[in-house]
Amino acid sequence: MIGIEHYVVVSSILFVLGVLGIFLNRKNVIVILMAIELILLAVNINLVAFSAFLQDLTGQIFAMFVLTVAAGEAAIGLAILVIYFRGRGTIAVDDVNRMKG
Amino acid sequence: MIHTIAFYLFATLVVASGAITILARNPVHSVLWLILAFFNAAGLMVLVGAEFIAMLLVIVYVGAVAVLFLFVVMMLDIDFAELRAGFIKNFPLGMLVAVVLLCEIVLGVGAYRAGALHLGTPDGSAATAVGVSNIKAIGTLLYGRYLFLFEAAGVILLVAMIGAIVLTHRQRSDTRGQNISRQIARRPDEATVNVKPEVGKGVSL
Repeated sequence: MIGIEHYVVVSSILFVLGVLGIFLNRKNVIVILMAIELILLAVNINLVAFSAFLQDLTGQIFAMFVLTVAAGEAAIGLAILVIYFRGRGTIAVDDVNRMKG
Repeated sequence: MIHTIAFYLFATLVVASGAITILARNPVHSVLWLILAFFNAAGLMVLVGAEFIAMLLVIVYVGAVAVLFLFVVMMLDIDFAELRAGFIKNFPLGMLVAVVLLCEIVLGVGAYRAGALHLGTPDGSAATAVGVSNIKAIGTLLYGRYLFLFEAAGVILLVAMIGAIVLTHRQRSDTRGQNISRQIARRPDEATVNVKPEVGKGVSL
């Protein structure tokens, strides 16, 4: 029988994959943003699984708000990426030091 | 039985496609594997009876976010081989952090299974009533108890939309755009002129 632990393990593996993605693709902002989406997806799976197994819909409502923030974050992040690329011609994270004091 | 098979299918696919998302050489492939991961996560959510969130995940992520990613990846002319330079160098540290994180989370789950921990028990006020569909129960909660949070989420989306437009919009000097205030301010007496030219002389414009 599939219990809450199975869902928690799946979502934690997905979360760790997202963190690993940020480490491995340190130069590529697009893949970093995708890794952040993976992390938020893991959080959503966790929220929905607990909501279902505890018989409380609040988790699903909260998952919707996480979804909202994830969509907004992706839109703003990609907009910043586009204007950064327009000005510099590259998206390498290492070169982002214009505001260094 | 079918429930267990479906769970393991979706779980395996979501983990595998998540792994390929962060390991793929080509970011376009990464986006496509990310879409597969979202689909399978939606499947996992359907299995526990959260149909509305699952459909929302497919619509919002696959329909909007993934297409946005695909659009940006294809629009920008980026040398991705150069961006992969530190991949091998960062691999040991990344794996170390990942393994430590995973061990900690699995340890936490094991501790929960051992029964020593007590999660807070819900008071039943947000439980799905018998015979009510998932979407109806969510709608009742969302437009009732969580109405102001819902409106705040709408404001967040509005701010994100305006922010994205303001950030990426640029005034281009080489194109002739429409100047609406000039159009409205224009009056007939300054736009037209009445002349009576003599025959054969022509008019000066």
